[in-house]
Amino acid sequence: MPQTEPVLSVRNLQVSFRLRGEVLHAIRDVSLDLYEGETLAIVGESGSGKSVLTKTFMGLLDSNGWIDGGEILYQGQDLARFRTEKEWLKIRGRQIAMVLQDPMTSLNPLKSIGSQIEEAVRLHQGLRGRPAHDRAVECLADVGIQEPERRYRQYPHEFSGGMRQRVVIAIALACNPRILICDEPTTALDVTIQAQILRLIRSLVKKYHLTTVYITHDLGVVANVADRVAVMYAGDIVEIGTCREIFFDPRHPYTWALLCSLPQLGIKGEALYSIHGTPPSLFGEIHGDAFAPRNDHALRADFKERPPMFTISPTHSARTWLLDPRAPEIRKPEILERLKGEGLTHV
Amino acid sequence: MSEQRTPLLQVRDMHVTFNRGRNRFEAVRGVTFDIFKGETFGLVGESGSGKTTIGRAIIRIYPLSGGEVLYEGKRISGHLPRREDREITRRIQMVFQDPMASLNERAKVDYIVSEGLYNTEKKLSREERDQRVRDALLEVGLLPEFASRFPHEFSGGQRQRIGIARALIMQPDFIIADEPISALDVSIRAQVLNLLNELQKKRGLTYLFISHDLSVMRFICDRIAVIHNGRLVEMAETETLFRHPLHPYTQALLSAVPVPNPDVDRDAALITYEEKPGDPSNPSSFCEIVPGHFVEGTERELEAYRDILSSGKE
Repeated sequence: MPQTEPVLSVRNLQVSFRLRGEVLHAIRDVSLDLYEGETLAIVGESGSGKSVLTKTFMGLLDSNGWIDGGEILYQGQDLARFRTEKEWLKIRGRQIAMVLQDPMTSLNPLKSIGSQIEEAVRLHQGLRGRPAHDRAVECLADVGIQEPERRYRQYPHEFSGGMRQRVVIAIALACNPRILICDEPTTALDVTIQAQILRLIRSLVKKYHLTTVYITHDLGVVANVADRVAVMYAGDIVEIGTCREIFFDPRHPYTWALLCSLPQLGIKGEALYSIHGTPPSLFGEIHGDAFAPRNDHALRADFKERPPMFTISPTHSARTWLLDPRAPEIRKPEILERLKGEGLTHV
Repeated sequence: MSEQRTPLLQVRDMHVTFNRGRNRFEAVRGVTFDIFKGETFGLVGESGSGKTTIGRAIIRIYPLSGGEVLYEGKRISGHLPRREDREITRRIQMVFQDPMASLNERAKVDYIVSEGLYNTEKKLSREERDQRVRDALLEVGLLPEFASRFPHEFSGGQRQRIGIARALIMQPDFIIADEPISALDVSIRAQVLNLLNELQKKRGLTYLFISHDLSVMRFICDRIAVIHNGRLVEMAETETLFRHPLHPYTQALLSAVPVPNPDVDRDAALITYEEKPGDPSNPSSFCEIVPGHFVEGTERELEAYRDILSSGKE
């Protein structure tokens, strides 16, 4: 992928929030490139900063949060410097669109489905009347909704959860954005519906050459949708690589731990691998590697100094001292070999 | 599982109905299963399938509109004499899904954990009660000092441990866990699952696990029943169910679970299930087609399932 130009580049981004009089560092020096046409999955636990990171791309940080430093470069502009809503309106929806977790809350229950899609079309494409209506119906058909003309007049409560999420996707795609951000779009859905929505997103991404950021904590979903994967921990990207590199050749101990705790790798009757402790508090400074206190393989250096990003291949890098030439050789847990090939062909 | 299995809990033709008249809705429509002593029994289904309703009906939050529930052979559904009622309340405990919502915000951990004792063991002295709270907290991996704190001071995983301590203090022998780890983060899930497993070994507990997460269920359950629209469609030992799913709904459900392996073909093998309208002249039933493997179907379908199993096993 690196041969193409990045569509969006994040450089040394820092985001903070003021919470009960204290300052919380939600994003700590993150750099990331998003390439044309790829699907990048961001995985991490709640509080790791994955949603906050993507919200900065659209200027949707909560009012108690702000960008402390760094750049978000998109088409020659630095989105991190945007201050007014007017500037954001050119980006939001038109260039970068978002699908959120819960379709129950992202739709207005008082307006018909059709008028909500039309609103997006009207505001961003300047269509009115008949053309706007036709475009909205077209959008509904595009996300696989049967009888779009009839569904156009219905209200959100007449749709099931999966159908509502399709509508939300239709609204996001109504203005032909370049980048689509999906923030846990299937977490609130049943597995069978999730499978359908994932399939829909994949087909739309292909059809419209969308660049997609997919946020999730479910590694099964990651394997299903992603070209590249970024692993976040405590407001930092600790490892990034292609999907195969992350699953088959993970380097950061946190990535190992995440993969090890997959129940699919568990052996019945034995304890499932678990990460002890809890994620660090993001109030105050974090010294060294944020994962070190929970890491069984932690080196002394991990507690002292933040490791740099080590490059493993042109597409793969990880932030751990284990990759330093001076570090002792520590190999990934044996159990992860089972992720390959035959071991996991189903559930 | 061992050869001689005694059923601890038997659910016989359970029906649960909500509302009356025009809004009448039958959430559970004739469900029958046994849970054996010491096993972990899983109930999987999608939202609205009735899995939670079954759990709540067993613990007598919802009344049955038909059928019965037996515990060690004695009926526990419907009206019970006061003493038996207390006894069952103590012996069947529940762990809820969302540890943020299921703990009283205004009570200290001490009270939350010991609340059940106030009802069933009134004669307990204060010291004894405190001791029981300390023991329960230690058992779930929390410090006894936490007793004087409030729920908001804890993380999700710790709260779920408090929820488990609250169940354990009653010294139950049967625990219903309704999506106990769904609201937790990946790294915390494993901790809670391991805790539940350990407690089961140590105390000989029997679990009813209710969840929609098939990969977790495969890891933790001995047997699994699949529920769809208020009816069981298939029930078998976990590995049998995952290796030879027979009912089309089970197959659809299993095929929909994303596999954490990027090399698996992403578009392949998604099976969709459409429920056929029942034919009154050809009723379907829930039958044991080989020992331990139950499937729902009409006579002809069941025959076909038997053929699949006998040809596949050779």
